Amino acid sequence: MDTFIQQIINGLVLGSIYALVALGYTLVYGILGLINFAHGEVVMIGALSALTVIKLLAGSGLPGIAVVAIGVLVAVPLCMALGYGIERVAYRPLRQAPRLAPLITAIGMSIVLQQLAMIFWGRNYHSFPPILPETGREIGDAYISDLQIAILLLAAAIMAGLMLLINRTRLGRAMRATAENPQIAGLMGVNINAIISATFLIGSALAAVAGVMVSANYSIAHYQMGFILGLKAFTAAVLGGIGNVPGAMLGGLLLGLIESLGAGYIGDLTGGFLGSHYQDVFAFFVLILVLVFRPSGLMGEKVAERA
Amino acid sequence: MRFPAHLLGLAAASLLALSGCGKEAPPPPQAAAPAEAPAKPAVTVRIGHVAPLTGPQAHLGKDNENGARLAIEEANAKKLEIGGALVTFELLGEDDQADPKQGTTVAQKLIDDKANGVIGHLNSGTTIPASKLYAEAGIPQVSPSATNPKYTQQGFKTAFRVMANDEQQGKVLGGYATHQLGAKNIAIVDDRTAYGQGVADEFEKAAVAGGARIVAREFTTDKATDFAAILTRIKSKKPDLIMYGGMDAQAGPMAQQLKKLGIRTKMIFADGGCTTEFHKLAGDASEGHYCSLPGVPLEKMPGGQAFKEKYAKRFNVDIQLYAPYSYDAANVMIDAMQRAGSVEPAKYLEALPKTAFDGVTARITFDEKGDVKDGAITLYEAKDGKWQALETIGGAPAPGGATGGTPAAEAGAAPTPAAAAAEEKK
Repeated sequence: MDTFIQQIINGLVLGSIYALVALGYTLVYGILGLINFAHGEVVMIGALSALTVIKLLAGSGLPGIAVVAIGVLVAVPLCMALGYGIERVAYRPLRQAPRLAPLITAIGMSIVLQQLAMIFWGRNYHSFPPILPETGREIGDAYISDLQIAILLLAAAIMAGLMLLINRTRLGRAMRATAENPQIAGLMGVNINAIISATFLIGSALAAVAGVMVSANYSIAHYQMGFILGLKAFTAAVLGGIGNVPGAMLGGLLLGLIESLGAGYIGDLTGGFLGSHYQDVFAFFVLILVLVFRPSGLMGEKVAERA
Repeated sequence: MRFPAHLLGLAAASLLALSGCGKEAPPPPQAAAPAEAPAKPAVTVRIGHVAPLTGPQAHLGKDNENGARLAIEEANAKKLEIGGALVTFELLGEDDQADPKQGTTVAQKLIDDKANGVIGHLNSGTTIPASKLYAEAGIPQVSPSATNPKYTQQGFKTAFRVMANDEQQGKVLGGYATHQLGAKNIAIVDDRTAYGQGVADEFEKAAVAGGARIVAREFTTDKATDFAAILTRIKSKKPDLIMYGGMDAQAGPMAQQLKKLGIRTKMIFADGGCTTEFHKLAGDASEGHYCSLPGVPLEKMPGGQAFKEKYAKRFNVDIQLYAPYSYDAANVMIDAMQRAGSVEPAKYLEALPKTAFDGVTARITFDEKGDVKDGAITLYEAKDGKWQALETIGGAPAPGGATGGTPAAEAGAAPTPAAAAAEEKK
């Protein structure tokens, strides 16, 4: 039972990070119908730039939490600028082009960003300096660190804030209108370009926060960390129904839980026949099952024409 | 402060890439340099080097390449004459991304470029498929760090390595875990690569033979960073030792996550995790873990200290792991060319098996399969953020008496419980 609780905690922490990254995919897809494959790289650059700042300040005598907060505050605007730049350079000129073209530029962008990060930060792994308090709580025999609690709470707060933004503000309404039909929204006086830029800014800010969370939780950052993470988050977005914001959150959490429980119990369930190397297979098997019965994802709605 | 070094490395790499590209097409491999060669013909010898220069193991790959580069630069500085011709060595540095598919692609490229020999690859998973191509092309290959036994068991005359293989290493690790550390219940994790799986399998055999029970066998990948799920499962099995077959990029974070999950069990792993990077990545969670490295510690290598200084001076970074081995591998190849009096692959290949070279790592001689003879294996424990040598098992006596009274070569000791070395366990 304690093992089970521990696996749930592992899954929730991993899942909430997936969810934050998945939101970036889903927001952009919802509005542009485009999969921004460079999004994982934004996460990576968020993590590495925050880490650079954190390492610089680690010896300054400031409390660890303040140092990390400053790191986040530097990484977020940087990633927002990056996200904005990606959209201007790689996607806007191709907005009227066939769908395949922006997909290719997205992959190109991802490779370019990875190589730039490799030049700038080097090939080595970067470790997160041990400046955060290492306290935690025991739940039975299971253990959750304060850092993980902070990750869960922060992710929940950000997602709640995002839901409010989308459902209750003018910007959110404009985003929803653009998602539904950009031409008509434009005719109604919505500045489409500004809305699309705003979407990239929001997605990239979430990515920066997620990047710092990953590097803090796993104490490691590397110029290639964005690839697998991006792939998993994209999967989470599809699982929840790509284009659907609550869907991305649900998909992220579910994927985290499936991976964690899968790795923990496949071995026991199959009597040792399948082991934890089937963790990804298991996750994708669930994805396939969901897509067979609900082709537009768990919370995706059938939308004519788009999506 | 790290940037200059990296930029330097990168600049070197890009220069190399440029020069590689530039020379690829036009000159035949043995073009004579007309400049200032009055009588002696000049020959350019192309030595290929393959390792992952991008991806999660890029830091190790660059380290390997630096080692080979150092050997080649030194050979060039000596203005060697082979078979009456003045030779210039040229390093063709290739990136296999630690990917077996990419490994065969660049192997083919080196063959097409008429490389005279190949140092590499770094990983067993890339070395084994590539070795077939080199064998068919008759190009000698000396791997500094591929330790999967299969590499030299395929019957290729061209395949050599200068490091003890996983069979030897897994055996030593398993024996050490059960005898010296007294582990009864052991959990094993590996990263499903040819190397990780190979060393984990050999460890398992030796540990079971030593009377231990394997309570869990878990798996991850060589790109993973999250091990919470498998470690939680391992925790529930209450092992008294966890063996990891894989590289430092996973071993480091794994040590941290062990600590975060409140698991006090120590890990033991082979050379892939036995790096300085492990301490960086594991932070204060690195204490008390064990690892093994083929060969003897750098400080106790016959030419270790001198090599360390040379390396730091040339590349402005510290040695990661295998650089002394790739340095030796390149020198072994050059030595064979000198003894054969020829840089032709077919000719100096005859001389390679008869190698008896006093390298930085050890005195290198090959057995009939191409494995290094009497490969020593040293066990280490993490203390105060460093790997501290515990004891060296096996190995030829170091040449030149360079060990100076250290226990480096407790020579001949088979991987059986050496009664003497039983103090530092708990």
